[in-house]
Amino acid sequence: MSTATEKICIQNAHIINPAENFDGISNLYLAKQKIVTIHPNLTDFTPDRIIDATGLLVIPGLVDLNLHLKSPEIEPKFNFNRECEAAQANGITTLCCPPHQRPYIDTPAVAKMVHHSNKQLQILPIGSLSKELAGEHLSEMVSLQQAGCIAVSNGVYAISDTLVLRRALEYASTHDLLVFIYAQDHWLQRHGCMHEGKVSLRLGLTGIPEAAETIAIARDLALIEQTGVRAHFCRLSCHKSVEMVSKAQQQGLPVTADVSISHLYLTDMDVADFNTNCHVIPPLRTEQDQLGLKQGIANGTIQAICSDHTPLTQDAKLAPFPSSLPGISSLDSFIPLALRLVNDNTISLSQMVSLLSWQPAQILQINAGSLNPDVWANICIIDTNTEWTLTQDNMYSQAYNTPFLGWPLQGRVKYTLYRGEVVYQDSSISIN
Amino acid sequence: MTMLQTDSQGHLRHFLNFDDLSYQHLISIMDTAESFVGITKRSIKKVPLLRGHTIVNLFFEPSTRTLTTFELAAKRLSADVLNFHPKTSATKKGESLLDTLHTIEAMQCDMFIVRHADSGAAHFIAQHTHPDVSVINAGDGSHAHPTQAMLDMFTIRHHKTDFTKLSVAIVGDVLHSRVARSQIHALNLLQTGEIRVIAPKTLLSNHIKTLGVEVYHNLEQGIKDVDVIIMLRLQKERMQGALLPSENEYFQLYGLTANKLKLAKPDVIVMHPGPINRGVEMDSIVADGPHSVILQQVSYGIAIRMAVMSMILTPPQSQ
Repeated sequence: MSTATEKICIQNAHIINPAENFDGISNLYLAKQKIVTIHPNLTDFTPDRIIDATGLLVIPGLVDLNLHLKSPEIEPKFNFNRECEAAQANGITTLCCPPHQRPYIDTPAVAKMVHHSNKQLQILPIGSLSKELAGEHLSEMVSLQQAGCIAVSNGVYAISDTLVLRRALEYASTHDLLVFIYAQDHWLQRHGCMHEGKVSLRLGLTGIPEAAETIAIARDLALIEQTGVRAHFCRLSCHKSVEMVSKAQQQGLPVTADVSISHLYLTDMDVADFNTNCHVIPPLRTEQDQLGLKQGIANGTIQAICSDHTPLTQDAKLAPFPSSLPGISSLDSFIPLALRLVNDNTISLSQMVSLLSWQPAQILQINAGSLNPDVWANICIIDTNTEWTLTQDNMYSQAYNTPFLGWPLQGRVKYTLYRGEVVYQDSSISIN
Repeated sequence: MTMLQTDSQGHLRHFLNFDDLSYQHLISIMDTAESFVGITKRSIKKVPLLRGHTIVNLFFEPSTRTLTTFELAAKRLSADVLNFHPKTSATKKGESLLDTLHTIEAMQCDMFIVRHADSGAAHFIAQHTHPDVSVINAGDGSHAHPTQAMLDMFTIRHHKTDFTKLSVAIVGDVLHSRVARSQIHALNLLQTGEIRVIAPKTLLSNHIKTLGVEVYHNLEQGIKDVDVIIMLRLQKERMQGALLPSENEYFQLYGLTANKLKLAKPDVIVMHPGPINRGVEMDSIVADGPHSVILQQVSYGIAIRMAVMSMILTPPQSQ
């Protein structure tokens, strides 16, 4: 492994810098933990280390807007640092921690603890929007921001009281805080465990109707307009939601949105027969919804793809479907599945890179997700041609709750650099 | 998990729902049941077919009549029967269900009869139990209750010959009913001429038509000229969930009375999975009247369960 102060040249790489629309073969120079420049041949630079990136893709380190490093199960189940390493091994250098992980990020002390919990990964806590996420009283949002919170949110817990929601958005707007909204109507989603449709009818599972999301989005858009708050919709799941957000954007409302990688590949059909690894919130919806989400990332309505990685123990999934916990361990298939979107012509390679790094950083208004000079040297180097099959043995995450086990995948991370330091290197690469 | 229920020769291994079963499976079950109907009328009502087999009733949800008929069916086949009622707390977890399962498995049993409040629980147990142990679904959440549906089909077959010419109406809480789901699948497999469901929108899924049924919201229109009326049980909780205003209004709109029954075919049969809420789903005059086959359903239930148990546990050539 390298030291942080090394001068590094990443040579002969296919570099994509979405911040400058750069896409070409060149060299990337790093010094003092920061990017120096992209240049075909910098003469006055003597590197301490050269990384030969011939045939490899070099992009900004991934910025993941929603990644659970901890299992939502009450007792701690996984080693926190090992889950951080799994994020690094999958090219992630910045991640947002949702407030509903335990303990809830609703005090400055917890926010600080989360923010500083790993030195080789930028962990940005998202503070709670209401006290104890209960949707009744406002949290100390400004104190949370001072303690390192990048945004505020009520996580997966819908605020059913619209007056409280309005006040919370007004208060956040007063202090120019970004609000992450996971749009779900509390009452319509209650007791539901999958998309309400033909499959839920056949399986006799209580459904979560599309309206649970669209009603919440309609309500939230009205309040966003009224309060002027900076808002970001997390993990859209319905094609109608994409249309609603798109319309709001056209009308000049500064709203952004993301989608989880799983929703671009799975539908409610995958839940049959009672596959608990496809139990996820928001629920997997129909093919039409999936198509709408894909169009959303292609046309720019949706600016980011998140992993929504949720590590769960075997016990959490070894139960009848309604009693199993929702979530997918998605880190290890994140980049390969994103690359598939390029292979099936949903988006271009540079669009993909932008959706995983530059655009999410823009949403957070942080100086990351680019390869511009003087930016922290957070870099992900990918071999886009490696073909492999996802198995428990080759997963870096400690949690195996993924429906993608056994899927043939293409593309693997070779190196991850965080602030100029190689924090992950594929073990099959010999160290010079 | 396709073909979980049948082996490579198409013989039943488990009976969980109707997903991978064929017309022929249903006919075999009913034909086998036919041979047991005679036995249940004899003074000695036992056959030694399952002697030495252990059948475990694993009822996570309370039940009296289903449990009793399964128990009786197993005993009439000379099997040893154990009844388990594992306590399920509000915060039930997968571990406890699997632990319960493996504990009982260790007692070398051959079959689980499972009732559970979660849809998919019987599938879950079938997927995780020892390969030599079979599972019969005795009702899982709102998903399926296949033996109930089979005994209903069996009852219909006794009164009506040709399913393809029949018009069958299912009335009531189709949305939450595992019985209705299984009945619809079974009726479709038997190529029933017409299947109607009759209920207010609050008790139907928006997608119910995809199961191959005609939708009616008016009882009088829905039961016009039908051959079979299946009334579903209305759970009292439905009033709390804002699904219905009151039992009175439900009875006024969807309760089966002698007058309304005249709209159906003259030889219509009236069925109900029981227990009946008299004055809610139907009038006592109808429940106890000449068209009612409700008590027959119960006794046929034993024959059907004997048939399913013996088909699963004894090799087909010995039948």
